[in-house]
Amino acid sequence: MTAVGLTAAAISYLYATSRTTWPVTRTGSWLAGLALVAFVLAGPPAHGHGDLRAHMAGHLLIGMVAPVLLVLGAPVTLALRALPRRHARRLARLLRTPPVRVLTDPFVATALDVGGLWVLYRTGLVGSMLHDPGLHQLVSVHVLLTGWLATAAVLAVDPTPHRRRVAARAAALAAGMAAHDVLAKLLYADPPAGVHEAAAGARLMYDGGTVVHVVVAALLWRQWYVSRDAVRAATVPA
Amino acid sequence: MTAPQAVPGSSRRLVVSGLLLGAGAMGAVDEIVFHQLLHWHHFYDRASGTAGLVSDGLLHAATWSATVAGLALLADVRRRRSFAPVRWWGAVLLGAGGFQLWDGVVDHKVLRVHQVRYGVDLTGYDLAWVSGGVLLLVAGALLLARGRSAAP
Repeated sequence: MTAVGLTAAAISYLYATSRTTWPVTRTGSWLAGLALVAFVLAGPPAHGHGDLRAHMAGHLLIGMVAPVLLVLGAPVTLALRALPRRHARRLARLLRTPPVRVLTDPFVATALDVGGLWVLYRTGLVGSMLHDPGLHQLVSVHVLLTGWLATAAVLAVDPTPHRRRVAARAAALAAGMAAHDVLAKLLYADPPAGVHEAAAGARLMYDGGTVVHVVVAALLWRQWYVSRDAVRAATVPA
Repeated sequence: MTAPQAVPGSSRRLVVSGLLLGAGAMGAVDEIVFHQLLHWHHFYDRASGTAGLVSDGLLHAATWSATVAGLALLADVRRRRSFAPVRWWGAVLLGAGGFQLWDGVVDHKVLRVHQVRYGVDLTGYDLAWVSGGVLLLVAGALLLARGRSAAP
């Protein structure tokens, strides 16, 4: 199922790029993101029974790194450009509906993302998940989707209704990072039952999370630096 | 495009950039030198309660976010050709001193998140931590004031 979905995502993206001019870096980023998702869902990290460190390596890749790559692929922008006008308009209307507007708010999306992690790691769910491969896959897909939503909301590469200012998006990112760091420390101080390598897993979550968060912050501020508004504000004399 | 003269809001942005970078850099120094290299501090020393743990996580996220934001604002200030070294360094020292004082007083003593070092008498270390913070604050304030009076 996941193989079919990922292949479809790759093929439809490539087909869409053939209908418009599209930067090859975006295509590369999208394909790399999909490959990473495939690797984590099929590869070795999925099979670490009860091993929190192996699990955490997989989660970092699928919940944080892959979302950044997928967001940089700008799939919504591509769809809006490549779809026939009628469908593109429908998609644009969908993006403006209240549920999408609420879900793509950086604070809401970030809260959903880290909220899910808190439920996962502060309940018995983590223990059951590490011993049930089916449940593990399900949780991984959930982590991918919420991580993607949060990263998309913060970076806002694709058109977003009522895009918030850079400071607000940076604050949402920092708040999410803080919740992530506190959770990692709690996991270290008070590991859940039925889990081994808990301390190493928690350290990996903390350190790896920091690296990815800083990269996302750098992407966000760089995007602001080159934005039309910031450039104009910097060059118009008083 | 004409050469920009004084773009409104630039001088405040210069100070904000310095404060953010100062606090962020001090946090990074703390983490890299004392946690990673010297191993004086501990990731979690089990003596502090949840409050300390939360404060540590918040501080970590805040300092890294501040560093990145401060660098971006600094780049923007330079693009606006409004960089004033004395004022900027004043703000950096002020930010660094603020962080150091917070770390020394609130984290180490009030919340007892972690100590400067373990297995030694702490008085000297604590004194160094706090007075270092105060010195940085005073130096930063002096530089800022000098920069302001020198400004056109």
